[in-house]
Amino acid sequence: MNCEDTQVLLSAYVDGELDLVRSLEIEKHIETCPACALTVQNQQTLGAALRAGSLYHRPPQHIEERVRAAMRSQTRTKRINWPILAVAASLLLAGVFVDRMVRFASRPAPQTLVAQEVLDSHLRSLMPGHLADVQSSDRHTVKPWFSGKLDFSPPVADFAAEGFPLTGGRLDSVNGRTVAVLVYQRHQHLINAYVWPSPNSANSSVTATTLQGYNILHWTHAGLEWWLASDLNTQELEGFANQLIQ
Amino acid sequence: MYGSARREQFFETHVVPHMGAAYNLARWLTRNDHDAEDVVQEAYLRAFRFWESFRGADARAWLLAIVRNTCFTWLQQNRKPSLELVEDMPDLKSAQANPEALLLANVDAEMLRRAVEELPLEFREAIVLRELEGFSYKEISSITSAPIGTVMSRLARARTRLQKALQGGAA
Repeated sequence: MNCEDTQVLLSAYVDGELDLVRSLEIEKHIETCPACALTVQNQQTLGAALRAGSLYHRPPQHIEERVRAAMRSQTRTKRINWPILAVAASLLLAGVFVDRMVRFASRPAPQTLVAQEVLDSHLRSLMPGHLADVQSSDRHTVKPWFSGKLDFSPPVADFAAEGFPLTGGRLDSVNGRTVAVLVYQRHQHLINAYVWPSPNSANSSVTATTLQGYNILHWTHAGLEWWLASDLNTQELEGFANQLIQ
Repeated sequence: MYGSARREQFFETHVVPHMGAAYNLARWLTRNDHDAEDVVQEAYLRAFRFWESFRGADARAWLLAIVRNTCFTWLQQNRKPSLELVEDMPDLKSAQANPEALLLANVDAEMLRRAVEELPLEFREAIVLRELEGFSYKEISSITSAPIGTVMSRLARARTRLQKALQGGAA
């Protein structure tokens, strides 16, 4: 073992951190090498000086109180029960997920949404003053009233002879657009007929649904979408729908 | 509350008693009283928060690793050019060229303090952990996240520098 190899190890030798074999090698080397022996001696001296105590920085007296205060304020403001919080968070997340799933599964089809809108509009029309913007049984009065108010011309016909007199018309908003509403009457029952253009839809047969006790009929014919809402019975209402289609 | 009483008891019996060691290390690494206090406080809050990372070996070593990491983060944030990393200085060979005996009687305490303060950060850290705290190489390796060989070499080179400084030679 030469001095150069030894230098790196002398420090560890002084610290007693070498294994037995290497320690013995160093001891053997310094017996015959005064320079390395001196290094060992100097390092021992240095170690003693470093450990004599003058270098140790004593903390100021107030530091313990300062640290305790900081820890106290942290526990006070952050006394959060993490395990329980984690459980709560995952429950919440699971809940949101299930809710979304349920909503997704039970999300009404677009047609059902329109039906609901039609019904809402029908119910609103039953309130005083809401039924008709133009009140007339004369289709020659009602039809011109719509022109200029709509981007299409609704077919306006009177079916008084069939027992469904036209009583008026109004504008309403359904399915995100302005639509024409024709108001008919059958004895004491009111019928709101909603119509708007639907040029890309094929003709469809009449489908009937019941919402909150009202009958809602829907069909598409000749590029127009029709919705009827009334408390009239389904049978008579379907008969009226057929009148409109013809 | 879950673990709260246990944590407080653990702190009182295992962590608070080492505040002196925490301050000493922080003071040597930051070289400033106020900074050392800030670092100790921050390190204790971290230890408090992450006390479950303590694996039941030696609370002082665990705490000092946190102090040390807090110091390094702190120094990076507050003193830009100060992470002196000196790894490739050929000071081992030149040490031998000075065959003069170091006499304890001649070692002035103030001189010694200044010599240690002027050591590069990682050499200083190794000397403080070894000579002032008495940790083994293995413990120092674990506290500083450095291989044992690196610990050995840092200590050897730190001592050579100190010796030269105390003998009046340029470190």
